[in-house]
Amino acid sequence: MNNPDNFTSELLVNKGHSPGQLLQLLCEIQTHYSHIPPHAIELLSGHLNIPPVQIRTVIDFYAFLHRDARGDFDILFSDNITDRMLGNLSLLNSLCKKLGVEPGVPRADGRVTVGLTSCTGICDQGPALLINGMVVSRLDKDRIHKMVGLIEAGIPIDHWPKAFFLVDDNIQRRDKLLSHGIISGSAIDAMVVKGSDALLKCLDGSGLRGRGGAGFKTATKWRMCRDAEADEHYVVCNADEGEPGTFKDRVLLYSFADCVFEGMTVCAGIIGAKKGFLYLRGEYLYLREALEKTLQARRDAGHLGKNILGKQGFDFDIEIHMGAGAYICGEESALIESLEGKRGIPRNRPPFPVTSGYRNQPTVVNNVETFVAAARIAVFGADWFRSAGTEESTGTKLLSVSGDCARPGIYEYPYGVTIRQVLEDCGAIDTQAVQISGAAGATIPVQEFYRKIAFEDIPTGGSFMIFNQDRDLLDMVQNFSHFFCHESCGFCTPCRVGGTLMQDLVDKVMVGHATSYDLQEMRNIGQIMQKSAHCGLGATAPNPVLDTLEKFPGIYSSRLVNRSFEPAFDLDASLEVSRHITGRDDEGAHIRHEK
Amino acid sequence: MSTEKTFRLDGRDIPFIEGDTVMDAALRAGEYIPHLCHNPEFPPHGSCRVCVVDVNGRHQCSCTLPADENMDVDNSSEAITDVRRSLLQMLFVEGNHTCPGCEKSGACQLQAVAYNTRMLNPHFTHFFPKRSIDASHPEIVFYYNRCILCGLCERVSRDIDKKSVFAITGRGINSKLEFNSLSGKLGDTELSADDKAASVCPVGAILPKYKGFEVPIGERLYDTKPISVVGDVAANHSAEDSVLGNADEYSSDE
Ligand SMILES: Cc1cc2nc3c(=O)[nH]c(=O)nc-3n(C[C@H](O)[C@H](O)[C@H](O)COP(=O)(O)O)c2cc1C
Ligand code: SF4
Ligand code: SF4
Ligand code: FES
Repeated sequence: MNNPDNFTSELLVNKGHSPGQLLQLLCEIQTHYSHIPPHAIELLSGHLNIPPVQIRTVIDFYAFLHRDARGDFDILFSDNITDRMLGNLSLLNSLCKKLGVEPGVPRADGRVTVGLTSCTGICDQGPALLINGMVVSRLDKDRIHKMVGLIEAGIPIDHWPKAFFLVDDNIQRRDKLLSHGIISGSAIDAMVVKGSDALLKCLDGSGLRGRGGAGFKTATKWRMCRDAEADEHYVVCNADEGEPGTFKDRVLLYSFADCVFEGMTVCAGIIGAKKGFLYLRGEYLYLREALEKTLQARRDAGHLGKNILGKQGFDFDIEIHMGAGAYICGEESALIESLEGKRGIPRNRPPFPVTSGYRNQPTVVNNVETFVAAARIAVFGADWFRSAGTEESTGTKLLSVSGDCARPGIYEYPYGVTIRQVLEDCGAIDTQAVQISGAAGATIPVQEFYRKIAFEDIPTGGSFMIFNQDRDLLDMVQNFSHFFCHESCGFCTPCRVGGTLMQDLVDKVMVGHATSYDLQEMRNIGQIMQKSAHCGLGATAPNPVLDTLEKFPGIYSSRLVNRSFEPAFDLDASLEVSRHITGRDDEGAHIRHEK
Repeated sequence: MSTEKTFRLDGRDIPFIEGDTVMDAALRAGEYIPHLCHNPEFPPHGSCRVCVVDVNGRHQCSCTLPADENMDVDNSSEAITDVRRSLLQMLFVEGNHTCPGCEKSGACQLQAVAYNTRMLNPHFTHFFPKRSIDASHPEIVFYYNRCILCGLCERVSRDIDKKSVFAITGRGINSKLEFNSLSGKLGDTELSADDKAASVCPVGAILPKYKGFEVPIGERLYDTKPISVVGDVAANHSAEDSVLGNADEYSSDE
């Protein structure tokens, strides 16, 4: 071979030859070569004993991995609706123009690629982009202009102004969780002193429910996992935070990382796990170094490793695994597949991860915020926690507030807070709607602002996106339906095909070609998806369409063609190929719309 | 047998044993539940969703759902058939299924299940994707147009033939089948015509070369009897047969 792959060989020496490491190895190779070259695939295949085709299917699954070379500077603009509202597309266009590059295509000299990516979780400090995996926040014309200079001069991003890469915590309101710190090690100490049974009882008494969205009772999950007999048990922290508009886990991982790991260690003590994983979304690569340091500090302090706090047999350590651009990997069983180095296709359930998860062993998967809350509860007790919130939704919730308001950022509230209250606090005026719980969540109109954030009313993973009266909500619907199409794993028919049909119909409404028949069609497809999808992604993907059809019918009806049927394709556009072949562009070669 | 466990399916008691799925028990009892990605010879997969049933008011995927005594399963109402038909229509518009020109027509499971749901047209807007043919293999030809991504060839080549010739790559609507060779061509893989994987495709995506319409249209597997009676095309296939087999050679109880 004329291209000896020393990098991959060395990587294999350092990281070992476990097939489960495949994705992690691919991430590093991608960073090094800006793609996964064929010789690396060959090497990995030989050493990990995985067929080359399987490696290629893993590469093709993850948006951040490529078989073809990207530019030396690989730029991806965050494309959540909140980035759109802040003008990301015009910044992208101006960057492309200045650099002389087409979106998605490497520049001829291989210097740069520019494209789009799903929400990067920088919504309160957007528009944002990723450059070689690192976040650049608060984009504006000036920043774009400076970037062009740095790129053309070939200056590596390590030498770019630090200010480009600043991401603030931006905590606007603190409540129980964020204002009551704990001393590192105190939660595991409480467990060692009280005993794990007593601690589990305390957690049960606190009423803590999962903060990732589904709201399953945490103590019940841990007990089920503990009671599942097996050789190994695992703890996994779900830091995939892919729900568009959510960024509270990013803040917890930046400023409360020790507490996240503390919560995981408490869980490990209770369920009897020796090993844990933090599954960190690829977009948060910039947090990794600090997280590794925090882990090391905990090892040094005896809070991780062998005989934790001197207790014989209390062994536990945590490894960080990176994601690589796949929202579906936030779904717990897809996450586990990804941890095992595979494509993130959700598993069939049952069995659930609590009995058969990572390597088919009992596994607890919890959200970042859930672990933080659990650690606090271990120290301060169940009553402390219960004193906030409602009967069914105890404690507090971190909201990621973005969109049209004066003070976007993190807001911690006791459960039961009304939407109106949040809007007031963040300085939102003239609000038309709030999108709660991300793209799959609920679109809440003004008449419902009295409603509460709580499992029993409006549950949420934490995303709170605000739209004022000037916004066209159909832009949001379109952004979300494209998001789901892009993020569908493609495993099941209703999501893979139904989601695409839905996206095409939304686009049809957008350009003013849809009829009332098409709206009915959207309702039907939405129901098929809800009823028959394999996982939560496909089952909830039609929500923004169905919700707005019901609550904001005007955004659709104002654009309808007043005919019962309109072809799905543009007659004139479909003649383009023939025009090109025949070299004609005269009036007779067009079909004009009678308007 | 009073100790036997049963669940209800369309008003009938279906016996089951521990570890059965609803699909397993139903098929054993002679009740047909439409399916495409499922082949009773192999572990269930759950991707096509055509086997959807209503269990106690909730839609569930019967090929992966463990059977349970308290289940009341609706496998035949108009509501369930509607969902299945829509899913089939989605599969039809996703690829390019020009049945009259397809060698598998009449012995194709997609077509047969479509008849079963009384599907009369594709309903949705065709995607008309641009897909190719791979004829590089000496004995087998592959039609991307017809692949419904059921994953059977992938699973069987990996788990039974131990060759991993096929794998689904990409994501979402860009998912597609890929072959295990450096060139990406089927001809450069280890596939052989008598591999199990070469005969599990429920549609006409993987076909043997040099066999054309050996069984005339009108006499093919599903031409004389419906799929609910004769069952899967793969089960009707044996090494000596043409893939298109003849229904009359296979007895059924009805
Ligand atoms: C498509 C999809 C994406 C998800 N993404 C996330 C995520 O990014 N973070 C998360 O904590 N949970 C996510 N979940 C929920 C997880 O599957 C799981 O319920 C959660 O991690 C459990 O933790 P909890 O009980 O602490 O909430 C997602 C679920 C689905 C269906
Ligand atoms: S609903 Fe189906 S296609 Fe969509 S993400 Fe889930 S498993 Fe994949
Ligand atoms: S080629 Fe046939 S068996 Fe393989 S995935 Fe496609 S439809 Fe299924
Ligand atoms: S047969 Fe059950 S999902 Fe395909």
